[in-house]
Amino acid sequence: MRAAAAAPPRAEAPRRAPRRPHRLRQSAAHEEPRVKPAPFAWHAPDSVEAALALKAAHGEEARFLAGGQSLVPAMNFRVAQPAVLLDLNRVPGLDAIEAAADGSLRIGAMARAARLEHDAAARRSHPILAEALHEVAHPQIRNRGTLGGNLSHADPASEMPAVMLALDARFLLRSARGQRELPAADFFLGPLTTALGPDEMLAEMRLPPLPPRSGSAFLEVARRRGDYAMMGVAAVVTLDAEGRCAAARIACCSAGPTPMAAPRAAASLLGTRLGEAEIAAAAALLREEVDPMGSVHASPDYQRHLAGVVAARALRLAKARAA
Amino acid sequence: MSGRVAIAVTVNGTTHRREVEPRLLLSDFLRHELGLTGTHVGCEHGVCGACTIRLDGAPVRSCLIFAVQADGRAIATVEGLAPAPGRLSVLQQAFQDAHGLQCGYCTPGILMTISAFLEDNPEPTEEEVRHALSGTLCRCTGYQHIVDAVLLAARRLQGG
Repeated sequence: MRAAAAAPPRAEAPRRAPRRPHRLRQSAAHEEPRVKPAPFAWHAPDSVEAALALKAAHGEEARFLAGGQSLVPAMNFRVAQPAVLLDLNRVPGLDAIEAAADGSLRIGAMARAARLEHDAAARRSHPILAEALHEVAHPQIRNRGTLGGNLSHADPASEMPAVMLALDARFLLRSARGQRELPAADFFLGPLTTALGPDEMLAEMRLPPLPPRSGSAFLEVARRRGDYAMMGVAAVVTLDAEGRCAAARIACCSAGPTPMAAPRAAASLLGTRLGEAEIAAAAALLREEVDPMGSVHASPDYQRHLAGVVAARALRLAKARAA
Repeated sequence: MSGRVAIAVTVNGTTHRREVEPRLLLSDFLRHELGLTGTHVGCEHGVCGACTIRLDGAPVRSCLIFAVQADGRAIATVEGLAPAPGRLSVLQQAFQDAHGLQCGYCTPGILMTISAFLEDNPEPTEEEVRHALSGTLCRCTGYQHIVDAVLLAARRLQGG
């Protein structure tokens, strides 16, 4: 959902057209427009059914265009050259944000990040969404980028896939053949790789309610505001009436080839009062569960260290919010 | 539909009709088709923010939208900010008074970003201003004077 902080690798340096004399043109119809992306056929279907029929017809050749904040940069660099673009921005009903009385939340794939960040019902039912979205790129990107597009892009450095794991989300995948529902954990298969078939669309994210006495936190360490995190942690804990941990889920971004859940660290917290010793032990387990790949800014060892530090902070904060 | 597509885009209140290739970026449409070169083009992958315009009111990167997607939409660019020829808006005047620009390349994107920001948040803190500016890169000023200019504009718009 965000433009990469570092440019995608390019095989060749871009060639600039020779400078022309500075001159305002009111009409350039006689000239070829200056374009960056490779040519594509563009369709703007006006219903989900029409979009799915087009995707079934074109398969891998076609890409859905949601907010375009990851796909269009890749097209501008010609890293991505889809033959067909299926623009979902004119499809009504794909951007609904629906909170149910039981505290569950359904988020349509085309719900834009900024709208979800400021949605009053979502802030009440799942406040970690707004906390994490505030760290996703920049306001201008969030005005355009969508949650479904972000998740379908499946960048393991992105915040929201990890948040979906921590919230135990289920994803609704639709195609012209029908629909199926997948746990978020089964959706992310690898870097930029998902369980979506060539004719499928991620249509909706379904978040179960957070039980009473639940607290959540999303924290990350990035070099600058809006950059991809060197490490980010989403933590959700639920306490019982005696203040003991009844449920916990932890997931990290920039921590491996997919968003990385830490089930052993989470399980170690069950039944405890989430004291400092237990949190430290969970953080130590989590450091072993992540598999960071390293970057020019942070070695895998440093990312692993950050994972423990950020997870401990997130767990303390989630506990305080649950109490 | 890889051929040209007829679109009607309203920019700063004027509706323009053109036939464009689907792959034409909105930023290039504004600059080369309409001659509105106030919208600057920097990185063309959404990082620098120089090309930020307002689409139906919301600041977005014009380099990450295709012109065909703007069909029927209302766009505001930096050319539409000034109330009259030779006069500056309160925000623009604050940038001049607080030395909020040097080379000016990033300025149109910042002005379009902040014009929306101050509508939503008329009394921002410095921290909020810095967050609002985080999506626009300036390589001249080190940002301090830009932050000053935004805070000055906010005060003036509040009548202070």
